[in-house]
Amino acid sequence: MSEVFGVPVQALLGQLMLGLVNGSFYAMLSLGLAVIFGMLNIINFAHGAFYMMGAFIAWMGLEYLGIGYWWSLFLAPVGVGLLGIAIERSMLQWLYKLDHLYGLLLTFGLALVLEGLFRDLYGVSGQPYTIPDELTGAFNLGFMFLPKYRAWIIVSSLTVCFFTWFMIEKTRLGAYLRAATENPRLTQAFGINVPLMVMLTYGFGVALAGFAGVLAAPALQVSPLMGSHLIIVVFAVVVIGGMGSILGSILTGLGLGVIEGLTKVFYPEASATVVFFIMVLVLLLRPAGLFGREK
Amino acid sequence: MNRQTLGYGLLLALGIAAPILVYPILVMKVLCFALFACAFNLLIGYTGLLSFGHAAFLGAAGYVAGHAIKVWEFPPELGLLLGTLTSAVLGWIFGVLAIRRAGIYFAMITLALAQMMYFIFLQAPFTGAEDGLQGVPRGKLLGFIDLSNDINLYYVVLTIFIFAFWLIHRTIHSPFGQVLKAIRENEARAISLGYDVAKYKLLAFVLSATLAGLAGATKMLVFRFATLTDAHWHTSGEVVLMTLLGGMGTVLGPVVGAGIIVTLQDQLADKVGSLVTVIMGAIFVVCVLVFRRGIVGELGALYKRVIGTR
Repeated sequence: MSEVFGVPVQALLGQLMLGLVNGSFYAMLSLGLAVIFGMLNIINFAHGAFYMMGAFIAWMGLEYLGIGYWWSLFLAPVGVGLLGIAIERSMLQWLYKLDHLYGLLLTFGLALVLEGLFRDLYGVSGQPYTIPDELTGAFNLGFMFLPKYRAWIIVSSLTVCFFTWFMIEKTRLGAYLRAATENPRLTQAFGINVPLMVMLTYGFGVALAGFAGVLAAPALQVSPLMGSHLIIVVFAVVVIGGMGSILGSILTGLGLGVIEGLTKVFYPEASATVVFFIMVLVLLLRPAGLFGREK
Repeated sequence: MNRQTLGYGLLLALGIAAPILVYPILVMKVLCFALFACAFNLLIGYTGLLSFGHAAFLGAAGYVAGHAIKVWEFPPELGLLLGTLTSAVLGWIFGVLAIRRAGIYFAMITLALAQMMYFIFLQAPFTGAEDGLQGVPRGKLLGFIDLSNDINLYYVVLTIFIFAFWLIHRTIHSPFGQVLKAIRENEARAISLGYDVAKYKLLAFVLSATLAGLAGATKMLVFRFATLTDAHWHTSGEVVLMTLLGGMGTVLGPVVGAGIIVTLQDQLADKVGSLVTVIMGAIFVVCVLVFRRGIVGELGALYKRVIGTR
């Protein structure tokens, strides 16, 4: 059996894989946060709660209505996105003229409401969600077994991230979006409906979180607390990467997931805190973040 | 005798009479959280910095003071001092890191650092992890005031609160406080006037963390235990809510907000269970949408309007 620094290669690759899975969630969530921040200048604290809701919608769909995984993968993000749009129209839009901090406070309140409601209904223990038949089992790669569902999480989230990047950087709609991010008033003067785009951006951003939630449902337990655990780490990821670049968010998310996975192998005690330590280092060495622009 | 002195005199009388009227432990809890919120308000209300990590200071001071009193058998006054100093040092570290970024990033960094502390408390050998640090003796203050008597302890807590409140009041109305307000209103202008803004922000942050630590250590002494709840991000959110509800940037707002939130939680805890979180969240949302000046801020505005028309 071959070893690296006294650790069996199989265990190392296994943790690397888990790290990539976690990194995929970091990437999708920090991407959503970055897109929303670019357009609305709001840090969406409720992002974790929307992720949790995505998982719960999938679970409830299966439990009460018999809706399968593949339909949930489409329906849950749409549901979460619509809720997001309703929240943007009814509450967030009144805060754009104020200090950015009010957006953070409002979405923090929303996160408490959503988390509290699900906790009241389902308690803090997790609900299991079975992996769909098509994705059970594992690939035998010769040197290791790769569970199909983990591979699916990585591939599908990377695909979604790629499409988001492509849409924003390479399409006409994305060009409008970037223009509206740079200078909303001028963009509006050119006849583009900026408030509509802001609304859709928020809906899309939280739908990404919902999608990540459905992906997470079979891999983790569906629990009301799953979102708040994740969102704070994602905040650290966002501080490390900076929110200036789409590609930067994706790479930082994946990279930190991998580092976290490796920490679990070599120094498990620090696996919960390693992302925060990296954040401290980045703040000391490169305060604007790895991909950030100052101000 | 002007109106302000009269007002504070009335509040002081209320504070002295409170343990006869209400269960003293509840009033002490209110006072600790009021001090915590006042310390927090020094940042958000007077310097314009939103810290989402103040629970770390409350928690750290509680653990250190508790450990010093229980294991090292320190007298309570030294335990409180050590806990408070720990938070001051922690505040300096947080501050040095967080003021490198402004606005929304500042909030995220403080939150992430506090979460890091939470995990450290969870794993550290002296915190008792999920069980917390329990059974801390209250001891005798200065060797002769028996703190195991709730009434004695109450007046000690009240004295600590009044001292800290006075300190904050002095700070806000000092030249230093004026510079902080200038930074809040227009940071660029404060820089161009020659103020070393980073230094002022750091000093305000350390002061705020220190007083939050004092609140945490005192709270530990009241309840005789320190737990992870104090260091959890929910607590960081609660202190934001208390300050927002009472009125950011008002002297008495955080006290009023802390009084309402603590009493509300105390009353609701056994009635609605986990729905308390939902109610707290809903208050948050309502405050941000329609009630941004908070109770004291709105009352102040109303008072000015009435006086203005007369």
